Amino acid sequence: MTTGATRAEVCVTACAEAWRGDGEILAAAMGTCSVLGARLARLTFEPGLLTTDGGALLTAEAIPLGAEAGTIEGGLPFRDHLWLVAAGRRHVMMGAGQIDPYGNTNISAIGDWARPKSQLLGARGAPGNTRCNPTSYWIPRHSPRVFVERVDFVSGVGTDRGAFDLRRVVTDLGVFDFSGPGGTMRLVSVHPGVTVEEVMAATGFTPAVSGDVPPTRTPTEEELRLLREFLDPEARRDREVPT
Amino acid sequence: MTAPAKVLSIEEIVGSLSSGMTIGIGGWGSRRKPMALVRAICRSSLSDLTVISYGGPDVGLLCAYGKVRRVIAPFVTLDSIALEPHFRAARRSGAIAFTEYDEGMFMFGLYAAAHRLPFLPTRAGLGSDVMRVNPDLRTVRSPYDDGEELVAMPALRMDVALVHMNRADARGNARYLGPDPYLDDLFVKAATTASYVSCERLVDTADLLDDGHVQSLLISRVHVTGVTETPRGAHFTTCEPDHGRDEAFQREYVKAAGDPAEWEAFRRRYLDGDEKAYQEAVR
Repeated sequence: MTTGATRAEVCVTACAEAWRGDGEILAAAMGTCSVLGARLARLTFEPGLLTTDGGALLTAEAIPLGAEAGTIEGGLPFRDHLWLVAAGRRHVMMGAGQIDPYGNTNISAIGDWARPKSQLLGARGAPGNTRCNPTSYWIPRHSPRVFVERVDFVSGVGTDRGAFDLRRVVTDLGVFDFSGPGGTMRLVSVHPGVTVEEVMAATGFTPAVSGDVPPTRTPTEEELRLLREFLDPEARRDREVPT
Repeated sequence: MTAPAKVLSIEEIVGSLSSGMTIGIGGWGSRRKPMALVRAICRSSLSDLTVISYGGPDVGLLCAYGKVRRVIAPFVTLDSIALEPHFRAARRSGAIAFTEYDEGMFMFGLYAAAHRLPFLPTRAGLGSDVMRVNPDLRTVRSPYDDGEELVAMPALRMDVALVHMNRADARGNARYLGPDPYLDDLFVKAATTASYVSCERLVDTADLLDDGHVQSLLISRVHVTGVTETPRGAHFTTCEPDHGRDEAFQREYVKAAGDPAEWEAFRRRYLDGDEKAYQEAVR
């Protein structure tokens, strides 16, 4: 086990793990640790993944955060994103303002939709994403305001509403999948230094827990080197998840 | 005999619009928005518009000026700043009606409108609250052996489309030079009354392709009513490679939106004059 990995670095490898086994599909990521995770997975154990420059270009290789695309292997305009969604050739890791035990998520509006207390983005691609291609979530700040019994608006559909394939939820505290009773969230691992009790206190519902919850794996030396020296030398990951 | 010339001024284009119209606006978020035309609508007496857009500051500004009755969109965002302040304020106050669709549904709605079809089927939206807040949405069952139930996404019908392109000729053929066409071709095909193209630079037809690929000629004059040259007309949104997003100005826009007095000052400084005055003020 590697010592000296920051919480953000553990989060990056936990995000990367979401794409393990995906092969030749688009790894679509939102949020710093998620984007880094997709690129790290491609650089290490999942070389077939397609990743972008953060815009409409498919880069020939995984590139550092914020870098120019360099050699490109294709274009990915939004209309092609939507085609990949429909064809299921994409595993997206999205954010969420609210998420419930079944993985229904809200990025539309807080409060009554007709006259919202707080208008968020709007549904974006969440309904189609969750219905048509594998979906995971990256939640950089795990709190009871985000993990709620019931979301105010279902933008992304959960396992009880016909989700195509919800894979996992990675947060700054731990990792969940949807193998709990009836397709609910189950705590898979807690990040080193985090207790199960802390996760429970930060979660507005009671996720399934089976037996002793193992720690999330820490990054390998090679992963840390790639992350620190190549993908994110400015350590923007630490700004998203402070240690 | 030559093809008809369709060069108009910004004022002529906006003068051809009328209150109550449904207007589709191209671009995506804070990217390649026909902002010069949007600004001119804000200065006009038009009102009661329905706006169809992958929404960005186009929607925000029109909301700020009270021009909008209904927004039809899958999102409204400034991209590098997630949330659009004027749109949020208009939603919170109930000043506008909102029809919210998924991005893919929205694209199918544009495809349907461009093809003059009543609807197109899609899985996007099923199970989500998009169905709840759009009680008029219907589903259809596949007539084939699979029998799958699908959303019948209605055509996003619009009277007028407004898009901004990198290059155009006087006939209304237009070219994009950036990495993404967005859905601008579908907007101009969907509009039933008129489609207008603003462009960074008006060029001779002979120079339109300029060593590029024919695929970059996204828009054909067959769909275009009028064209106008508005250098930096997408400001402050991106219009690659002619100009990127003016991030500093976008931050100033968001900050000003947070306070009525600041917004008043912002308006006076940048938006009260014509496009020429705007471009001078933001230089």
